[in-house]
Amino acid sequence: MARYILFRLVSAIPVILGITVIVFLIMSLIPGDPAQAILGAYATPENVARINRDLGLDKPMVERYFIWLGNMLTGDFGRSFSLNRPVLDEILERFSATLVLASVSLLVCSLIGVAAGVVSAARQYGWADKTITFAVLIGISIPSFFLGMLMILLFAVKLRWLPVSGMFEIYGGRGPGDLLRHLVLPSVALAVVATGVVARLSRGAMLEVLRQDYIRTARAKGVGEGRVLWGHALRAAMVAILPILGLQAGFVLSGAVYIEVVFQWPGVGRMLVDAILKRDILLVQGAVTFVAGCYVLFNIVVDVAQAMIDPRIKA
Amino acid sequence: MPVFLKLVFRNRLAGAGAIIIAALVLTCLLVPVLPLADPDQTDTAHRFIRPFSEGRLLGTDHLGRDLLSRLLWGTRLSLAVGAVAALLAATFGTLIGVTAGYFGGRVDAVLMRGVDMLMAFPYILLALAIVAALGPGLLNALIAVAAVNVPFFARNIRGISAGLAAREFIDAARLAGEGHLRIILTELLPNVLPTIIVAVSTTIGWMVLETAGLSFLGLGSQPPQADLGSMLGEARPALITAPHTLVVPGLAIFVIVMSINLLGDGLRDALDPRLRSGALARPSPVTLIERAEVPAARAAPGFLDLDALDTRFRVGRRLYKAVNGVSLSIARGECLGLIGESGSGKSVTALSIMGLVASPPGVITGGAVRLEGEDVLALPYAALRSLRGRRVAYVFQDPLSTLHPLYRVGDQLTEAMRVHDRITDQEARARAIELLDTVQIPNPAERLSAYPHELSGGMRQRVGIAMALANDPDLIIADEPTTALDVTVQAQILALLDQLRRDRGLSILFITHDFGVVGQLCDRVAVMYAGRIVEEGPTAAVLAAPAHPYTRRLIDCVPELGGGKRALTAIPGLPPAVDSLPEGCAFAARCDRARDVCRTGTLDLAQTGGRAVRCLFPETTATEDRA
Repeated sequence: MARYILFRLVSAIPVILGITVIVFLIMSLIPGDPAQAILGAYATPENVARINRDLGLDKPMVERYFIWLGNMLTGDFGRSFSLNRPVLDEILERFSATLVLASVSLLVCSLIGVAAGVVSAARQYGWADKTITFAVLIGISIPSFFLGMLMILLFAVKLRWLPVSGMFEIYGGRGPGDLLRHLVLPSVALAVVATGVVARLSRGAMLEVLRQDYIRTARAKGVGEGRVLWGHALRAAMVAILPILGLQAGFVLSGAVYIEVVFQWPGVGRMLVDAILKRDILLVQGAVTFVAGCYVLFNIVVDVAQAMIDPRIKA
Repeated sequence: MPVFLKLVFRNRLAGAGAIIIAALVLTCLLVPVLPLADPDQTDTAHRFIRPFSEGRLLGTDHLGRDLLSRLLWGTRLSLAVGAVAALLAATFGTLIGVTAGYFGGRVDAVLMRGVDMLMAFPYILLALAIVAALGPGLLNALIAVAAVNVPFFARNIRGISAGLAAREFIDAARLAGEGHLRIILTELLPNVLPTIIVAVSTTIGWMVLETAGLSFLGLGSQPPQADLGSMLGEARPALITAPHTLVVPGLAIFVIVMSINLLGDGLRDALDPRLRSGALARPSPVTLIERAEVPAARAAPGFLDLDALDTRFRVGRRLYKAVNGVSLSIARGECLGLIGESGSGKSVTALSIMGLVASPPGVITGGAVRLEGEDVLALPYAALRSLRGRRVAYVFQDPLSTLHPLYRVGDQLTEAMRVHDRITDQEARARAIELLDTVQIPNPAERLSAYPHELSGGMRQRVGIAMALANDPDLIIADEPTTALDVTVQAQILALLDQLRRDRGLSILFITHDFGVVGQLCDRVAVMYAGRIVEEGPTAAVLAAPAHPYTRRLIDCVPELGGGKRALTAIPGLPPAVDSLPEGCAFAARCDRARDVCRTGTLDLAQTGGRAVRCLFPETTATEDRA
């Protein structure tokens, strides 16, 4: 297993390098003079010169890329001009907030989605299956930012059960209880679409597995239906479901951008939107690279988990 | 195409989706000529008017602009942007996909590596990076959304193109000296087009959602121009005071995306042949039982009796009589062979005994299965389950597909005991080792931690037999346990079964298509044809003097060792389809002794002593004493 993990880590290196190249190429799409575009009305000659020096725009493109890459490897992502602090510090602080939100959502969508898929498959064409299928259809059709606002309206404004927005109360402790209360609405709003997708695909994976001969063998041994479904069938279906969960991590990270804006969550998504509106290129560049890299690493975790449940994948 | 549309509309929800989409598109086309207020006309004296007010059907927003008008213009814009984005993504995706698929090799490798890199991003990050570079604006948002969806199309189209590029008609075009471009345009593209159309129509929903999202963040359409997303974004500050300004555009996005999803699901289902054939149905834990009447119990019950068992398959409107009034009896310690061609209903008979026929489509429509006089089919699930594996155990044909691929052999063995018995880990382990030893697996303790794919075919089948023996059952139903194995292993497995039967007093129901195997193992044999028993009797007697022409033909199929005087003959023709059985004898069409009377009325199984035959003109008068 250790060898497999090492192999996956090594094979991630070209992917991460590819990501940096793509981000770099996109950023060089900036039309016209980037310094001019960034500064807008503040484009005095001194400012333009400073930006050009900061971004290293006075050098050729290939050299610029390697300088940027080299700096990132030493932990220097540059300095955000809109926040006047190192990009990496800001990203790490904001990403931890996103990580809390996204991982809770991912957990919620995995548990509920897989469970719903199993029940749906077990009761194929029964009322439970129809109800779940319909709920899934609604779930994957509703925009998360709209759902989030509706939830604020109902649970925070009308019923006053939960806080409207933010990660902690402004005055008061920053304890885990406070965090949990603030987490409920955004994490649920964020999880809804992913839950729908997971439920739908899990149902398909379960139906595929339930037709297999080894399920009949389990029944012929006298194994109870609960164990057949949640043990034998789900275990085999997880081989197909795990990569779907890996993909959902990407969806959840994406959806987090909207949810963070709606719920004023101090995460990396909201920071990105602000940075784009302020044309803080270095911050955008750094954050996109950083989050995409984390996503690649997460998918390695998924691959390793898959190799652990499926002995047929050669370790 | 009309057949296809009919399939889509047969799914009522998909039909509803199609109708809503059509209505939306029509409305959006008509928007410029409808008598609507100017969507950008501000009227600060009438801000936040509630819906359903005089002259303001949906009320007004924070600048007093008419929401109905803004909604319709916004929907028009959102749909247009979504459609254009989908088309752009499809065009570039197709370009990449077709090039990679058609040329293959290095071109394919380079292009697809690039696509993989793009897919390594959470999609919105890429879109945000593009918007960050190009600057906020609806056109840039559109480009961003289209760009991040290119990989999806490229992947799909590449797969199909690569498959097509290897086909004969493309080779023919190449040999005819046609240029690459011409082949791609005239031969490849027309075949890929249907997939592209379906993919575009199902992804427009996503595109609408994603561009609306960017606009909501303020990175898409800029004021005063409004699509549905920016309407939602502008409504956010008034979330609490005027929720209607939020609900109106939000619901609109929801309805658009949902109807496109409905239609997309309908399209996908209509295109999936497996769904139509019911191949994705989930088999229930027990075969569906719908018996009109239960035949009376026998005067002298055997150990296991099947009485006039009827098992059918319902597929759509068709009814297949897989098992048609089969009666059998097995005594304690007896081995009964059930023999027939594939499709004769022998496996379904075997599976019916413990209610293991997959339903849907299987239904037991009549008859009884009696274990020591008790009707198994009348038992509640819990009672039936406690019989399975404990008193009646199965050994299946292909141990690679019948053993769970992800559980260790030892765990599968101990599970068989644990579901019926409370035993400790050590006991279970000890018994598992003992069982593996019984079925002559070397190093049993080490084998416990092996996975099925790590064992050879013969070893796997031994594990299958060990699993069947785990609870010391009274009856083992072996469904062609040696068919998937090579001949020497087959002989070993048969010897093993025979020895176990003698040692433990097991009854065996042995399903096979091979008379050679029956001769080695079985006391009695029953021959099945098209769902019915056509002959039954002691193995030696039947082998020596088969009464039914079909039995004789089956015996002739077995090669004789050493002799080689008899010609090895195949049986001409095929068994009849069991959904339209002919009148009279089902074998008549293939029988060289058939006369006209064979094709009328019904034929009974005529009993003489220990033998029985369902034939008007048997080969020999069936007697028992020809052993």
